[in-house]
Amino acid sequence: MRTDTALREGPSPLRRWRAPRVLPLLATAVILLVTSPLVFIALRASESTAAQAQRLLGRPLIATLLWNTATLTAAVTLATAVLGFAAAFLVERTDLPGRRWWTTVLAMPLAVPEFVHGYSWVSLFPSVQGYWGAVLVMTSSLYPLVFLPVAATLRRSDASAEEVSRSLGRGAWATLWRVTLPLTRPALAGGALLVALYMLGEYGAFAMLRFTTFATAIYTQYKLGFDAASAAMLTLALCLLAVLLVTLEARAGRGGRVVREGATGRGCAPLALGRAKPAALAGLGAMTAVALGVPVYALAYWLLQGTSTTLPPASVLGATLTTLGYALAAAVVATAAAVPVALYSWRRGTRLARTAERAAYLTRALPGIAVALSVVFFAIRYARPLYQQPPLLVAGYVILFFPFALTAVRAALAQVPPGVEEVARSLGSRPAAVLLRVTLPLILPGLGAAVAMVALTASTELTATLLLRPTGTQTLATQFWLYTSGLAYGAAAPYAALMVAMSVPPVLLLTRRTLGPKTLETS
Amino acid sequence: MTGLAIQDLYASHGRTQVLSGVDLTVEQGSLACVLGPSGCGKSTLLRVVAGFHQAARGRVTLAGRLLDDGRSRLPAERRRIGYVPQDGALFPHLTVAANIGFGLPRAKRPARVAELLDLVGLAGFGDRHPHQLSGGQQQRVALARALAPAPELLLLDEPFAALDAALRSDVRAEVAATLRRAGATAILVTHDQDEALSFADTIAVMRDGRIAQTGSPQTLYSEPADARTARFLGEANLLDAELDGAAAVTALGRLPLTDGAPATGRHLVMLRPRQLRLSSVPAADAVRARVLSCLFRGHDYRVELAPDPALGAGLPERLVAYTDGAPSETEVYVQVHGAAHPVGDALGAASAGTPSTVDA
Repeated sequence: MRTDTALREGPSPLRRWRAPRVLPLLATAVILLVTSPLVFIALRASESTAAQAQRLLGRPLIATLLWNTATLTAAVTLATAVLGFAAAFLVERTDLPGRRWWTTVLAMPLAVPEFVHGYSWVSLFPSVQGYWGAVLVMTSSLYPLVFLPVAATLRRSDASAEEVSRSLGRGAWATLWRVTLPLTRPALAGGALLVALYMLGEYGAFAMLRFTTFATAIYTQYKLGFDAASAAMLTLALCLLAVLLVTLEARAGRGGRVVREGATGRGCAPLALGRAKPAALAGLGAMTAVALGVPVYALAYWLLQGTSTTLPPASVLGATLTTLGYALAAAVVATAAAVPVALYSWRRGTRLARTAERAAYLTRALPGIAVALSVVFFAIRYARPLYQQPPLLVAGYVILFFPFALTAVRAALAQVPPGVEEVARSLGSRPAAVLLRVTLPLILPGLGAAVAMVALTASTELTATLLLRPTGTQTLATQFWLYTSGLAYGAAAPYAALMVAMSVPPVLLLTRRTLGPKTLETS
Repeated sequence: MTGLAIQDLYASHGRTQVLSGVDLTVEQGSLACVLGPSGCGKSTLLRVVAGFHQAARGRVTLAGRLLDDGRSRLPAERRRIGYVPQDGALFPHLTVAANIGFGLPRAKRPARVAELLDLVGLAGFGDRHPHQLSGGQQQRVALARALAPAPELLLLDEPFAALDAALRSDVRAEVAATLRRAGATAILVTHDQDEALSFADTIAVMRDGRIAQTGSPQTLYSEPADARTARFLGEANLLDAELDGAAAVTALGRLPLTDGAPATGRHLVMLRPRQLRLSSVPAADAVRARVLSCLFRGHDYRVELAPDPALGAGLPERLVAYTDGAPSETEVYVQVHGAAHPVGDALGAASAGTPSTVDA
């Protein structure tokens, strides 16, 4: 009771307006901007009548799409979970030779965009297509999304829980099943969610493999039929699927956050594989051959085959410069926009700040094609002059990759020792001076990494680029797409190779940031 | 002259009330210590004074200047209050000299930085970066940085907690000496009673968001206001006593009272372990007890005793004594030296339960 009275006598909400703070306002504005297209699409869909919705969603096509998308997503998610966990366990918990080397190699398929994976298989083995082709291509392309977080959890967690289990008489398999697996459950669930979300949003690879999912149907509806209403409705259905997945993940990952991290974690003696070692090596070797070997071979093969094509030759350099121009512009804007949001939630651990940050991550949970289409709809309705103009593509990239920028800026801020800003204030610096003299100098390298990360990720983006680019503009991805659509695989190869080469640094960065530098034995 | 004055201060974290009516005065030029268990609100108190946390109501003034009254507050950068957080929070991108000079106008930097490097005994370290210093050196740089603009008040938030035990007492003594040399007014926040007792001129014991008692280290140790404060500052033997105006009548005999104690009624009285002397031969005013355990601690022995049940109620089940030598027998005779200090309010005759010794 005493608490209540005291609270009532606390500052009234009105009083807080006396000193308007810039940061919360700025952060809120950014979040409103990056989420506005999605809000718009939800509003738009809610405008359409129930009868319209029923007519559209009741079509047999929808059932087929739903079935295709669900079965494929389930199969690929399961396969990536099994492969990703097995690979992470072998690399982090056994005496496999060359474990550090394997970590990098196993993460590398991420550097090959999914549609380049699809291209590699389709161009070499025309029989790879349809459902099973999609399972093969998507599994080999997406398993690192499970591998990396699980490996990170295994590396950071204290192995003593597993040692205790062994000392209590549980065998290696029982320990794996009853201790290690539950330990990694949040990471496993998070990775599986990412895979499933990628599956929902992927367009290029499925189009190449001639397999129809929600995403390809939306694209076709919009691009070929110019049927914006159906596309909007389908997009909304896709968003609902994504929200369902996020909810499922939240349940699966709950209660598993018991991992002890930090200085207490120490390496345990790795599990001796014994006679299973050749089999384990062969397994990882086969995985690498399929996931990395095939794309590398395909690119090398088609590069050597030459670039003979019936299509007019385009300049690789021109496409590269266009790509980098858009990607860099988007990266700089996204990073600059991420700074106030990250600062706000870093400084104040209030519920409001956390909610704001989570709202900014919303776009990450939504398929890329949905984000791109919502930007298109938004522009057609409210910013007609911008439609098919360069700023719209930049805006699309910014919204799409804002969560990446936010993660990178947050990571940079996490390196700032707590309390330095307050100390600077107590030494007589005004808030703006604190930002300029302390905070920005400290996070500057991190901001550079954020820009690089977003720029390189955006430069391999296909779906949103196809939807948002100004007429006649070709990026590496769209030029590649143009050639492969015309079956000019040789002509497409240089573009794919460039995209892969540009993706290697961000993947290395991501690997390093997820796993941390290999534990230095300081003690 | 009054330095810092805090009156009836309330503050909360979201819906949790953290400070509920804090009153505290720190004289200019003195070293004060706010001592309390984790979560009692002592760090929040410091942050309200520094200007990092908003008071809900109350009044905080420094040398007559209003800092915060729940309605208007002075921004942290205009308070002239230095702040040394737990881990020092040095600016990692700046050298030691640039760290110390951060709060100074450019023209004054070289001279004042050199002066402070001397003061904290780090002359010649100006060009190093924080990561090239040891934990104790970092802490001294943080102190120099806070002292550089000559603040009117210095706040230290558990500044020694991150140091290892061997280093801690050295750095603490050094910091106390430095502060006295600089003539600074400082408030140290800690949960470590040894730190508080050895560092400060004045200790304020904080509990549940308010100040339970303020006084000199000696006063608080030997004359705590209540049983919880008594235990928080060190081990205490608490026993029932009947006060008869001049002395306390207890199961351990008739004991003199501390000055200013209430004269009559039933009270709990406190005896510090050092006040119990053990001997193997009976004496007139000694009572018999059995030795339960004896722990050698280097500088003394900690002896746990079970007093003879025949002595009757009002005695705790166990008494604790610190002695210079180990008792040679399992049966010893306990004699009390010094005065008994009544803690807390008078006990009702009916409600007198079995008091017990509680480890600090």
